[in-house]
Amino acid sequence: MPRATLDRQLHQIQDEVLTLGSMVEQALVKSVDALKRRDVTAAQQVIRGDQAVNEKRYAIENGIIAVVATQQPMAHDLRFLAAVLEVIIELERIGDYAKGIARVCQRLEGVEIPIPSRDFERMAEITVSMLHRSLSAFVKEDASLAHRIPDEDEQVDALYNSVYHGLITSMIQHPEWIDHSNLLLWVAHNLERAADRVTNICERTVFIATGELLEMDLDDYEETE
Amino acid sequence: MSEQNLSNHFAIETRNLNLFYGNFRAVKDVNLQIVPRKITAIIGPSGCGKSTVLRSFNRMNDFVPGFHMEGEILFHGKNLYAPDVDPVQVRQYIGMVFQKPNPFPKSIYENVAWGARINGYKGNMDELVEGALRAAALWDEVKDNLKKSGLSLSGGQQQRLCIARALAVKPEIILMDEPCSALDPIATLKIEDLMRELSENYTIIIVTHNMQQAARASDYTAFFTMDEDRAGVMVEYGETSQIFTNPRDKRTEDYITGRFG
Repeated sequence: MPRATLDRQLHQIQDEVLTLGSMVEQALVKSVDALKRRDVTAAQQVIRGDQAVNEKRYAIENGIIAVVATQQPMAHDLRFLAAVLEVIIELERIGDYAKGIARVCQRLEGVEIPIPSRDFERMAEITVSMLHRSLSAFVKEDASLAHRIPDEDEQVDALYNSVYHGLITSMIQHPEWIDHSNLLLWVAHNLERAADRVTNICERTVFIATGELLEMDLDDYEETE
Repeated sequence: MSEQNLSNHFAIETRNLNLFYGNFRAVKDVNLQIVPRKITAIIGPSGCGKSTVLRSFNRMNDFVPGFHMEGEILFHGKNLYAPDVDPVQVRQYIGMVFQKPNPFPKSIYENVAWGARINGYKGNMDELVEGALRAAALWDEVKDNLKKSGLSLSGGQQQRLCIARALAVKPEIILMDEPCSALDPIATLKIEDLMRELSENYTIIIVTHNMQQAARASDYTAFFTMDEDRAGVMVEYGETSQIFTNPRDKRTEDYITGRFG
């Protein structure tokens, strides 16, 4: 079948997106785990690792520009490449959220404050699961799966609201914790936003599969933002 | 051709190559290093000397009255234009595929066997023909009709037959002068895929007017243009992805963005 070179390059880009996705998943899990265990060394590793995430994103972007310039992709191939340009930005941002959580872990070093680790872990778990399946849908170009995943964002939003109220209550009861509780609010915020980014990835998968540009993000949180 | 030196790192290397038709200097001071087992495309506007350069690589210009060259074209460290070099032998090592498919009015089999017969090939001719047709991605389409005339094939098949004919004499380098300009888009893409496969074993140099083809099919691209004396000069040479995403010379940028030429 003609276009063997283009097909090979498209596959390679797809593989690199999966690699980037896996780097970001690990960073998110590791950052929440570091916070739970108060492990500043692990947090430092996540922060350092973000550089590799950024470099991977730019490498994929450069690869896409080269394919567009040299292979004249059309139709599905063009949609795929345009979508990947968006998907890698979403993944890189999720990496930034992980880095932000790792920074909070560093800033809370030696601070005596209860951390809602179980909720954070649960949020990260759901988000990583959504992310993992969103990339699977992306690879299979499975629009139906991509349509279903964003619904799970509600669970993350519910956890966010629960953590939010818990932290506000703790701030009222312990005004001396306000600064540090505020940092923990940022952790919740980052996890909540990471799940939103997964929704954007699903939108791009639908675009690749159908050519339709959809807005799937019906997030209650964003309305109050 | 057995003389070895450092320059056999490249499949072909030109040093201060100048090519003349009579008093007219068609190509000026080209220093080009062709990477082995890669596809190099030469692009540029009409009259920039790209075909003249390509043809000089297997001494096809010898037939043009008034042609002469200055500088060197090194192949395995030996200047192809040295007095003791036999141009027929050059063409055995460096084959050529032309713009218009030009099979002989003979059978498919005889078209492929032709070069080997002339060279007095003593091996198994059937195997040689089959191997060359397979390498040219034509075997499956013609294996039951090897006695049919080469001219009975479609344009794309005829061009692949010409590629098989070039391969049958076991060259190291295949020169292609606008090999797809007479073909439809699908036949063109088939040839491009074939070029990619062949580049595992052969060095390919292609001259093309079709910039998109150069972009799609090649690893390296050389951009030629004309200077104020209408002599062809090489403006820029580099990896194809670099030439088409971030050319260093404004003349290259203007040409590939369609703003010149």
